[in-house]
Amino acid sequence: MPDNSSGEFGPLSLHVPEPAVRPGGEPDFSNVNIPEAGSVRRPPVDANPEEIRDLAFSIIRVLNRDGEAVGPWAGELTDEQLVEGLRHMMTLRTFDARMQIAQRQGKTSFYMQHLGEEAVSCAFRKALSPGDMNFPTYRQAGLLIADDYPMVEMMCQIYSNEKDPLKGRQLPIMYSSKEHGFFSISGNLATQYIQAVGWAMASAIKNDTKIAAGWIGDGSTAESDFHAALVFASTYKAPVVLNIVNNQWAISTFQGIARGGAGTFAARGLGFGMPALRVDGNDYLAVFAVAKWAIERARRNLGPTVVEYVTYRAGAHSTSDDPSAYRPKTESDAWPLGDPVMRLKNHLIGRGVWSEERHTQAEAEILDTVITAQKEAESFGTLHAGGKPSARDMFEGVYEEMPPHLRRQRQQAGV
Amino acid sequence: MPRKTMIEAIRDAMDVMMERDDNVVVFGEDVGFFGGVFRCTHGLQAKYGKTRCFDAPISEGGIVGAAIGMAAYGLKPCVEIQFADYVYPAYDQIVSEAARLRYRSNGGFTAPIVIRMPAGGGIFGGQTHSQSPEALFTHVSGLKVVVPSNPHDAKGLLISSIEDPDPVIFLEPKRLYNGPFDGHHDRPVTPWSKHELGEVPDGHYTVPLGKAIKRREGKQLTVLAYGTMVYVAEAAAEETGIDAEIIDLRTLLPLDLETIVESVTKTGRCVIVHEATLTSGFGAELAALVQQHCFYNLEAPVARVTGWDTPYPHAQEWDYFPGPARVGRAFLETLEG
Repeated sequence: MPDNSSGEFGPLSLHVPEPAVRPGGEPDFSNVNIPEAGSVRRPPVDANPEEIRDLAFSIIRVLNRDGEAVGPWAGELTDEQLVEGLRHMMTLRTFDARMQIAQRQGKTSFYMQHLGEEAVSCAFRKALSPGDMNFPTYRQAGLLIADDYPMVEMMCQIYSNEKDPLKGRQLPIMYSSKEHGFFSISGNLATQYIQAVGWAMASAIKNDTKIAAGWIGDGSTAESDFHAALVFASTYKAPVVLNIVNNQWAISTFQGIARGGAGTFAARGLGFGMPALRVDGNDYLAVFAVAKWAIERARRNLGPTVVEYVTYRAGAHSTSDDPSAYRPKTESDAWPLGDPVMRLKNHLIGRGVWSEERHTQAEAEILDTVITAQKEAESFGTLHAGGKPSARDMFEGVYEEMPPHLRRQRQQAGV
Repeated sequence: MPRKTMIEAIRDAMDVMMERDDNVVVFGEDVGFFGGVFRCTHGLQAKYGKTRCFDAPISEGGIVGAAIGMAAYGLKPCVEIQFADYVYPAYDQIVSEAARLRYRSNGGFTAPIVIRMPAGGGIFGGQTHSQSPEALFTHVSGLKVVVPSNPHDAKGLLISSIEDPDPVIFLEPKRLYNGPFDGHHDRPVTPWSKHELGEVPDGHYTVPLGKAIKRREGKQLTVLAYGTMVYVAEAAAEETGIDAEIIDLRTLLPLDLETIVESVTKTGRCVIVHEATLTSGFGAELAALVQQHCFYNLEAPVARVTGWDTPYPHAQEWDYFPGPARVGRAFLETLEG
């Protein structure tokens, strides 16, 4: 132990943040400051970032407690678009539930759900235009669902079967689709955030009109690539929307370990002079409106925007995780921003374009669609049964042309 | 034919490719207005504009990550890491992303990027201006790794690398930027203008990736070398009088195994030389391959002359650098063995 006797100050101590509540405790979100729906202003898309710094510390919300759309960010979507949005979120949730079960049945090795975060990726996708490119994490499959990417293909990827578009090379859910503006997912966190900026810079270099969207979770903002992305996006005024999905948890680590609570995650953008908006991530209407604002800003060559989606990871981190080991079981019920599906459903019922009956009927239809897709996907095999990618495929695609040493190894493998 | 330094040859390669292909962009720390700390990009920004050649923030991970995103869009970025010693912050982007993008997306996305970086010692660069990290890249499936040893090859290999559809790590021995160097630090260096390999054709030409070249025909033993060590090996052969066949590998991955096996089969002896540290260095891969493919022709153990397994020191530069005396001793021992 060091000698502290000569100092006029007491000994130093290390601060290690802790979540407010642990298993067995009462969930407490009293520290989450939630402004009323409709209360946050809507600046013009060409606003000077200096003049809208307050938006990084508030939460843009459209749907109020009664399910009404209120305030300056409301009115962006038609009834038909909203119903479609609800169906997308319900589809993603159903898809998740079925794949979660499939994993438990041993049909695949791994799965990750989006429970509680469906609005974020489903609504964002609808604000993009064809040709724009997302650089998603593993928890934005709503980008594919809302773009009508074939569910069977998603499942074939999850099952690593003979129709897996990635030939069995990738862990389940690490989708890739250029046609659907969905960049290849990597297991390495945050790497895609700076790549999104590079893609956007390329679009600007070529005087194109396409924009990029980067995606990251609250925990991964601590990775150095997050900071690289912010400085590059800001320096080159890249046409990119830098999305941060703050679901409060990085596996077992609460967002305070990534220094959430010190300002906000959105506010990280302010130091780089970028506009930064915070939005209710469980409010489909608010997500869409903010996404549209940021995308339009990028498209008009006004530069990047940082958007923090405030939401809650209601499910386990993955099929390999048990959240009851580190947080109260009832915490997601206590989450003050509620459930995105229920909130949009209630809004649509209030609007008179939806009903409990239609909802129940839609649930049944969607379940039927997902099960039909699942049956088709399973007819091409699952991880341990039926059709699978050929072992020859293992050696393909490392390079455009197979070099001699890989040819020798393929021969050695006898495939 | 005009003679150029390796710096001029490298710049010429980028100039040729930027002229031919609008998708080629060049960026990195100090490469824009200033033209690079080694002058390799001098004049490119003035000629092609700020959106084709520009300065980057001091963020190696950012430079490579942005380049991968650009490549996914359809550009062909040729980026610079100021010193190979500073590539480590970009290692995740290189290994986890650039190298694997084609494979993991089943060809849906690709990363045709070139990452140039000055490497190697012999310049009193100390620990962080002298390293030879090639083995950290040759171990990565999906990368190509190139090390030129002269201006002619540097230009032709760099053009091939930029045109290549896969990510290429392009290591430039900075010791060779202005002239060949055989390890005799006590003698004045002759410039490339006095050397025939300083002859660099104008315009577009390529030196193929994955092809080694014999720098010296010989019968007594085969030397596998690349970068600065090619000249050290030549000096060692001359000074020992040993008839060594010197192979300049040029591309380490993919490797020209055929040329190596053909030579060692003929000579029956093999000495591998590189500046990088010994343990798990690229020489270990070469020794294993020679042993595997030439076992019945080998008359002596395969020898390796390399940097010591220490960080690259400053004051002890010439005790560390594998010079002609050490290489020559290995030749003699291998002939006796």
